[in-house]
Amino acid sequence: METLEQIKNRAELAAHGAKIDIIVNSGPSQQSSLLIDNEHAVAVAQFLRDHPALSFDFCSNVTGVDWLDRTIKKTTKVKQTVDGVEKEVDQTSEEKISGYLEAVYHLYSMKLKHGPIIIRMRTANRTDGAKLPSLTPVWRSAELQEREIFDLYGIHFRGHPDLRRILMWDEFVDHPMRKDYAPPDDFEWEPTPHDDVLERAKKHYEPRPQLDGAEQITAQKP
Amino acid sequence: MNEGQIDESLRSELQRQGVWVTSMQELYNWGRKNSIWPLQFGLACCAIEMIATAASRYDIARFGGEVFRPSPRQADLMIVAGTVTKKMAPQIVRLYNQMPDPKYVISMGACAISGGPFKQGYNVLKGIDRYIPVDVYIPGCPPRPEALLHAFMELQHKIDSQKLSGSEKAEFLKPEQSSEFPVPAFGEHDLNPPANPRTYQPPKLERV
Repeated sequence: METLEQIKNRAELAAHGAKIDIIVNSGPSQQSSLLIDNEHAVAVAQFLRDHPALSFDFCSNVTGVDWLDRTIKKTTKVKQTVDGVEKEVDQTSEEKISGYLEAVYHLYSMKLKHGPIIIRMRTANRTDGAKLPSLTPVWRSAELQEREIFDLYGIHFRGHPDLRRILMWDEFVDHPMRKDYAPPDDFEWEPTPHDDVLERAKKHYEPRPQLDGAEQITAQKP
Repeated sequence: MNEGQIDESLRSELQRQGVWVTSMQELYNWGRKNSIWPLQFGLACCAIEMIATAASRYDIARFGGEVFRPSPRQADLMIVAGTVTKKMAPQIVRLYNQMPDPKYVISMGACAISGGPFKQGYNVLKGIDRYIPVDVYIPGCPPRPEALLHAFMELQHKIDSQKLSGSEKAEFLKPEQSSEFPVPAFGEHDLNPPANPRTYQPPKLERV
């Protein structure tokens, strides 16, 4: 398989005006991905599927990612002159990134037996701009998985043939896989609550008193 | 001595002499408890154990329960075998309502009795007893076929002890007692209502 750089350059030439970024994954898997702009996504996807040297004819997995608003702190070394002496001083800058939703596609080639290549698309924001072009016209196998993302993350896929909820019922309004989803408060008593279940338990039941008399029971001293 | 009951010592004495005596209630319950027809449906992995119970190795036919009915109209027993998702719950209540009286429910496995490992999830019902009355609960994940047979025998004991007349007669014989339960509606965040107070009360914690 060609390197990600080569694929990116080819795709940008083939789909005029397409803007593709490589998202580097420095983890052990080293699976970097291509971030594709929404306008040319269908053209780029068609190119990836149809080009004879790539022919990614199999979309094995589609999933969603929820990114909340976040700030990234960067530390850079800046040369400053303090009292006539040049020193290197650490300067921290904060970068605010507003939240967005992401759809991630894993592609393989059955014909050439290579892959995977990972492509991503990002929405403008997490509310009214949560829209992406559907890649179901390119890969039929994306249909149910895009419906699942629509159901659980709330991304609207333009051009999807049958976009409706698949796991939850139609009257449901929330998107349960979003990070800020609050489930209905129907807690029921559990003998061993822990972590966030413990937090929910505290709202419904009085916590056990710290001293319940058991600490007075000790082994008899000779 | 209760109405329709016969003295035990008198009966055994008569039996020794070759006279077999019974009451209408005993005969009726004997017939009912040995022909419990379960409703044929499964929800998750517990259904595999239920199928194993019906197959030749464990053979629920020994207890008269082998006739799994594909229609609720012909079934006496509902075996809730598996995880009940909130999306599935209204359909189960509807099936229960369509069963003719007398009808019984076995809640099989950790999920059906409490939600099991999915209890704190957003899409799983925390026990089918929130909407329909349950006669026998079987813990286990999944329960072995022997456990289902045990529950079946417990249910037979229960049927055997039900009275046909008097003030303690069985619930299903009381005309004012409705055997239909409200079907929950799909709400915007949860099922509406989240539980039926007639069948379910949240557990109260008491510390001594």
